[in-house]
Amino acid sequence: MGLLSATLSFARYQVEGEISGPFLESVREGLKNNMIREIDNDPAEKSVGWTSLDSPFQPDFDRAELVFGTRLIFCLRIDKKQIPAKVMNKHLNAAVARRLSQSNRSSLTRNEKQELRDEVARRLYLRIPATPGIFEVVWNYEQGVLWFFSTQKAANEELETVFSRSFKLSIIRMFPYTEADLACGLSDEQKDRLYKLTPSDFEGGAHA
Amino acid sequence: MLDLAVAYNRYKYLGNEFLTWLWFMMETDKPGLAPAGAEGMDLAVGGRIVLQNSRHNREETVTIKGDGAGLEEGVLALKKGALVTEISLVLRNPESEWRFAVKGESLNISSLKPPEKSPAEAAEDMEQRVLEQLEHVERAAGLLHHLYRQFIQLRLSQDWEKAEIPKIRRWIRQAAS
Repeated sequence: MGLLSATLSFARYQVEGEISGPFLESVREGLKNNMIREIDNDPAEKSVGWTSLDSPFQPDFDRAELVFGTRLIFCLRIDKKQIPAKVMNKHLNAAVARRLSQSNRSSLTRNEKQELRDEVARRLYLRIPATPGIFEVVWNYEQGVLWFFSTQKAANEELETVFSRSFKLSIIRMFPYTEADLACGLSDEQKDRLYKLTPSDFEGGAHA
Repeated sequence: MLDLAVAYNRYKYLGNEFLTWLWFMMETDKPGLAPAGAEGMDLAVGGRIVLQNSRHNREETVTIKGDGAGLEEGVLALKKGALVTEISLVLRNPESEWRFAVKGESLNISSLKPPEKSPAEAAEDMEQRVLEQLEHVERAAGLLHHLYRQFIQLRLSQDWEKAEIPKIRRWIRQAAS
């Protein structure tokens, strides 16, 4: 449910620190250095990197429009290959049978089976096209606020890793504790109370 | 600052208390919510509330669906010790409405549905469409931030135990009877 979809889902982050050097050039550099790598016809299972909003399948960060008002917009692309279990099973069975016949044995060790499984997977990954997932990132650099248009745990974890690698800045996901601690203007005394907080009792023993 | 992974799990209840309080406020004291930037707008429960009871070593989930539904079944679950873990909201002014859902543990906003536009009103240019969508996101994110800030200020004050909790208990008792 991306930025231009009829319905939107997103996670909110706070960006910690500032870019060193000229801002836009440094961001473009970070995006280019961590751009998505195509893995079709490649034995890799997954590829994660940046792409542009206007051209997610042929990104060109030298030309891409990044600035929208006071925000930067680009996308995280996660390309993944998935081998259907039945296909894997068929090819693995054939590979095991071939290996047994060549070695004149009746069974393989667990390690040999795992090696064979990896080898079959690599062969199949070469032939399977990757399925791309594209998730927009909206970075309000004046406010240090970032929205990521996915609420999937795995996609959010990839974002945190790639963002930190690209810009040498960390992003902190806003959830009940961080929102309170970082974004609600609490005094030191209130923060102390937050650290010691325990759940409320709304029921008051009414159900007991 | 606490380790974030630890803090996420430890403070899940705080997000669920927030949604439970928000529901209570929408039912009993809407003017008290008064979100900045949404003056003159009405905030109401949308078509879905999820409640979860994790107390007493049990995990019970109650999902209530349907516009205007929910009070009796939901309050009954609250009476048994459940909290709201997910709520869908609708923000309305006379011309438009925004629908979205909030999850307590993450405060993520999902299924945000901006007001519908006629084909004649729809922007053709991508940049314009993006900027329009961002306005809707800003509205939902700003509203959520404002409401949570109001909640956390109250939650960390002495008024929470002395005044707010008794009011919530009274609401639960009255609505469930």
